[in-house]
Amino acid sequence: MTGRWALRIATLLGFAFLYIPIGVIVLYAFNAQRVQAWPIQSFSTEWFSAALDNESVRGALLLSLEVGAGATLVALVLGSLAAFAVQRYRFFGRETVSFALVLPIALPGIVTGMALNSSINATGIGFTTLTIIIGHATFCIVVVYNNVIARLRRSSRTIEEASMDLGADAWQTFRHVTLPVIRSALIAGGLLAFALSFDEIIVTTFTAGTEQTLPIWILSNLARPNQRPIVNVVAVALIVLSAAPVYLASRLSGSTGVGGSRT
Amino acid sequence: MRSFTLQNFVTLATDPVYGTIALRTLGIAALVTVTDATIAFPIAYYMARVAGGRTRALLLMAVLLPLWSSYLVRVYAWRAILSPGGLFDWAFGLVGLPNLSPGFSDVSMWIVFSYLWLPYMILPIFAGLERIPNSLISASEDLGAAPFTTFRRVILPLAFPAVVAGSIFTFSLTLGDYITPKYIGNSQFLGNVIYDSQGVAGNIPFAAAFAVVPVVIMAIYLLAARRLGAFDAL
Repeated sequence: MTGRWALRIATLLGFAFLYIPIGVIVLYAFNAQRVQAWPIQSFSTEWFSAALDNESVRGALLLSLEVGAGATLVALVLGSLAAFAVQRYRFFGRETVSFALVLPIALPGIVTGMALNSSINATGIGFTTLTIIIGHATFCIVVVYNNVIARLRRSSRTIEEASMDLGADAWQTFRHVTLPVIRSALIAGGLLAFALSFDEIIVTTFTAGTEQTLPIWILSNLARPNQRPIVNVVAVALIVLSAAPVYLASRLSGSTGVGGSRT
Repeated sequence: MRSFTLQNFVTLATDPVYGTIALRTLGIAALVTVTDATIAFPIAYYMARVAGGRTRALLLMAVLLPLWSSYLVRVYAWRAILSPGGLFDWAFGLVGLPNLSPGFSDVSMWIVFSYLWLPYMILPIFAGLERIPNSLISASEDLGAAPFTTFRRVILPLAFPAVVAGSIFTFSLTLGDYITPKYIGNSQFLGNVIYDSQGVAGNIPFAAAFAVVPVVIMAIYLLAARRLGAFDAL
């Protein structure tokens, strides 16, 4: 049975590797000293209130929430429409559409970012909150699409036909039959889209212009030693705010393949 | 004013600086892939074939959460660990080898990239191992194979496409990254050249030409991966 013990130890070490860095940053957020050195001498919660009082942090948090909500909304509408089209109909270019939807999440962020940057420059609409939302929507659509299409594949169309046979019109059928079937898939996809958008950095740097989302705020303060205590707090907030939706989504969808991530 | 040129590709191919950067990126990407496969396999094996239902669900969640939690925060955490006076300096000092602490170097980039992409390797291998029918393993045992022989001759070949599937992520994500080299390492990566060309230098055509390099490498890699059956394992 030595093999099984070796396996247990290797697994344990692997998970330690995954979680120690996150633990370190959480501990640092409670570090009472300004100077960041290991081991931590004393603990305090003062940096949490300091971060809340920081105007640029608050602004960045609001923008991130706004962008997350916007991108999620766009993704929910376009992603589910695309899922219905690809799953329910046969049309010319169907395979291409499904490939093109998944591509943005497979491409390196820097390629997507540069392409968006050039396109926005070419149209001359300027870099605003709207362009960040458009940028995020490109890869948020795919998680909604994946969740909804997986649900549609598993559900039968006959219940909709039954509804229509019983005299329901198209809207009533959608409202009372189709929507309940896909509801949890929509919520799960939406939560994941929000989590993706909330901590996205690479595409954002190419589409944000001068605006600062929370990750951009961290990036621009990453190398500033005197901002470190506040960056630690923001980092912990980012971990919690992006982990919670993922946890909820995976409970809702009951599946493990949450449709790919990006960095 | 608008005309086409191959000049950017000529610069790319002839200036040795870019060759060095491309090779460094590829080398570290390969090293990270091998490291992640080594760390991920036992974890995935434990999850897929040893752990019971509840433990498995819990571990799966534990793999997913870091995958979805902020990439930037995880890089930042490593910066705190690797910086002077951080956890690594302390730990290496504790065992009496303070000079071995990697600081910000190619070694630290190797560690951090392996850390960042590890979940991408665990998940496909887990899925691949879970799909192996128990009957195949019983058959191998019935025919007299020792556990290790079963592992080497039955499980490993069946799981290999899944490892290749995971390597697509570890490889491609390393190729496109520019934030980790900037904040964890002290040398340039493909991604840094692209980023700096379009941002600092404002030379978008050159950035675009350089961006073709990772795209071509990944296209070749994907074709090879498809031959090895990795796409069915995704």
